[in-house]
Amino acid sequence: MTTLTINGRQVSLRGPDDTPLLWVIRDEIGLKGTKFGCGIGQCGACTVHVDGKAVRSCVTPAAAVAGRAVTTIEGLDPRGAHPLQTAWVAAQVPQCGYCQSGQIMQAAALLKATPHPTDADIDHGMNGNLCRCMAYVRIKAAIKLAAAGQAGVHA
Amino acid sequence: MTFLQRNPEAAAALSRRGFLITATSAGVALGFAGEVTAAGPAPAGFEPTIWYSIGRDGTVTVNVIRAELGQHVGTAIARIVADELEADWSKVQVKTVDSDAKWGLMVTGGSWSVWQSYPIYSQAGAAGRTVLIEEGAKLLGVAPGACVARNGAIHAGKASVSYGAIVTRGNLARSFTPEQLAKLPMKPAAERRLIGKAVQARDIPSKTNGQGVYGIDAVVPGMVYARPKLPPTRYDSVVVSIDDSAAKAVPGYQKSLALDDPSGTVPGWVVVLADSFVAANKACDLVKVTWKTGEAAKVSEADLQRRSAELIADPNAGSLVVEDAGVDQAFAAAKSKLEATYTTATALHFQMEPVNALAFEKDGVFEIHTGNQWQSLVLPWLAKALGRPENTIVMKSYLLGGGFGRRLNGDYAIPAALASKAIGKPVKLVFTRADDSRFDSPRAPSVQRVRMAFGEAGRVTAMDHAAAAGWPTLAMAPFFMPKGTNGVAYDPFSVNGADHWYTVGAQRVRAVNNDLANSTFRPGWLRSVGPGWTNWALESFMDEAAHSQGADPLAFRLKLLDGVGRNAGSGPTAVGGAHRQAAVLAAVAKKAGWGAALPKNTGLGLATTFGQERDMPTWVACAARVRVDPQTGVVKVEKLTLVADCGTVVHPDGALAQMQGASLWGMSLALFEGTEFRDGQVKDTNLGGYTPLRMADVPDLDIEFMPSTEPPVGLGEPATTVVGPAIGNAIFNAVGARVRDLPIRPAAVLKAMKA
Repeated sequence: MTTLTINGRQVSLRGPDDTPLLWVIRDEIGLKGTKFGCGIGQCGACTVHVDGKAVRSCVTPAAAVAGRAVTTIEGLDPRGAHPLQTAWVAAQVPQCGYCQSGQIMQAAALLKATPHPTDADIDHGMNGNLCRCMAYVRIKAAIKLAAAGQAGVHA
Repeated sequence: MTFLQRNPEAAAALSRRGFLITATSAGVALGFAGEVTAAGPAPAGFEPTIWYSIGRDGTVTVNVIRAELGQHVGTAIARIVADELEADWSKVQVKTVDSDAKWGLMVTGGSWSVWQSYPIYSQAGAAGRTVLIEEGAKLLGVAPGACVARNGAIHAGKASVSYGAIVTRGNLARSFTPEQLAKLPMKPAAERRLIGKAVQARDIPSKTNGQGVYGIDAVVPGMVYARPKLPPTRYDSVVVSIDDSAAKAVPGYQKSLALDDPSGTVPGWVVVLADSFVAANKACDLVKVTWKTGEAAKVSEADLQRRSAELIADPNAGSLVVEDAGVDQAFAAAKSKLEATYTTATALHFQMEPVNALAFEKDGVFEIHTGNQWQSLVLPWLAKALGRPENTIVMKSYLLGGGFGRRLNGDYAIPAALASKAIGKPVKLVFTRADDSRFDSPRAPSVQRVRMAFGEAGRVTAMDHAAAAGWPTLAMAPFFMPKGTNGVAYDPFSVNGADHWYTVGAQRVRAVNNDLANSTFRPGWLRSVGPGWTNWALESFMDEAAHSQGADPLAFRLKLLDGVGRNAGSGPTAVGGAHRQAAVLAAVAKKAGWGAALPKNTGLGLATTFGQERDMPTWVACAARVRVDPQTGVVKVEKLTLVADCGTVVHPDGALAQMQGASLWGMSLALFEGTEFRDGQVKDTNLGGYTPLRMADVPDLDIEFMPSTEPPVGLGEPATTVVGPAIGNAIFNAVGARVRDLPIRPAAVLKAMKA
């Protein structure tokens, strides 16, 4: 049986091997923070980490990440206080909020690879994540806050 | 005409009831009484319609009937109550309620929420404060006049008693007649402690940690998953046969069900049921359905626009929304005339959470779990579809993964409910993105013709604006349609904006329904609705008119915004009229450096709007600075400067967020969005073809609010409609190309440059 870990917990796959990771996370494990948006990997709402790298879970077969470590928004920080999450609140980023789990997971991968991103780095790193409310100005501001280690300073 | 004027019942429900404060086991409840008991005290056991309550621990719970779809509306409304109540904000809770007849009309749209809620919740807060002072004074043994309410307590000198203690120890039961309520002292603006002050929105933390619960997250044990198999057309498809032989190979597939819908909302629909969404999704692709289709299956975008143009050309078509005496005479006598035609293409809502609903019957009540913006509209449809009384159906509220008007139309709840009724189990119906786009009620394409007559020295003597489009209100809420001067009913939301605040002599506004659009698909209310197209035409035309008379577009507009006659405006919310629009326009021009020299191929363009409705004007002006690549026609927006006068700003950061989002929406609709009907369906159904604005496209944004203590008006939509025409005018100023079609494609810019 195929197994993987999600937020540190070992999970055995029950469905067919081509079941997208997104639906294993949402409907088998019941972690609803990861969202279904476009289903073709182009909106980023379903972004999770696989071994620390940002992955679109809606187009990733669960079996393809067998044995690997998946992290969802719920597992990013045990207290929900990752510097980006704190920055997201400080900058009052979310409007409807539906894309924000994906935005935060994408931003976390970006900061891991590029701890002090330029505006262009942020544009490049985040352009695959659609925010339909168009809270982009604040997403960028929050990433900068987190990168500068200033997320504790509330707006 | 405002929403409430058109709906006296709703107005009565909100403002003409008595107000009751009643003791409950947990504290006191404060709200408007039902009509029966409005005149007297509540009989034993009576549960009043409750707007907020105060618990024995001092917790103030504010009941919010508005959907939370990103506007932080619960925070804004709770701040309004809490300010008048002098509550301790840290003890205020926001509760988004489920549907219930006791709430009256439940709708979240039209940028109405804060505007409508402000007077009601302010009075409710003032009533609570008044009584808390009376009872607090008794407990403190002083006269009420010696007391002040502040921060959740009544203070008299150094002594104080908390609201929780007053609720526990005092007798707060009171009733107010509407007249008494209206006479309660309201705080002067200078005494506001919460309204207009910075605060973090209450809904935000759960949107950063995955804990926020959206409609798509709703689950119930034993539910069956479903995906719709959509027919080729919205209205005229009939299922001939279903072949699910291939789907049977999908593990977990249950069956395919042709829906029988007495409400007519989802004719020709099949839902594919399975143990999981993954199985339903896969099986749905394998199910083969044969439909008989009608005329709509052949309709294209060009057909739709041709029909609009035909109707525009017929002076007898449509409804006369504004019809001053002497329009035709003024055109006949004009020294010069200008006429231009503008179009907008079909646009999708593309809210990120695809529509979905979980439906099931439990204990004699049909529960619908979904995010929705207009519960009062869909409940009668559900009642008809299910063949049961409305009072046995409840809409459970969730966060909405984007609304933008899509979820004003709750049609997606119907198939879930019908499927659940048919199989006798809970059904969770989830649309894929492509399903969502195909079943969207998109913004209908539009055609508009605008004409202006000029007399001596470029004086404007008449204006004639005709706007044709599919009408959402005709399709879904015809009871909202007033009649024009010629007795023909019209969709106000599809022509608002054309009835502008410029003084233009004899004015005619004609609203025309594109009947082919309404028979082909279900037109939708999309963020700002009519002004999304009327203001594109109007504000592009204003620049064209100014140029035709050799006038500066700013000076030309300011001269027409003279605040004379019907454009003077009156209270409470339209006070100041066109003068306030002139003020925001002048302010934005100054801020953006109107008139200064710019680099080659760079231009600054202006546009303004009064928002959504004349009786709820939100005055906004925009200056767009663009750079046009003369080789490719590609338009780069460098900066958007906006100034808004929305009266009192209740939640400043939330207001700013709405302006940011709405202005980028306007830019996205102007440059990046738009699809077309092909064979009766929208062509683009996912992000491969439908391409809203992304982070890298975001220009510099400079947004400012005019300081004001006038009553607050709506902010969710207005900024959407100024950006497109400001960009169009900027393109003209950059390279001399006049574009008249939204979205603005590079090829159109190149073509116009050569014209």
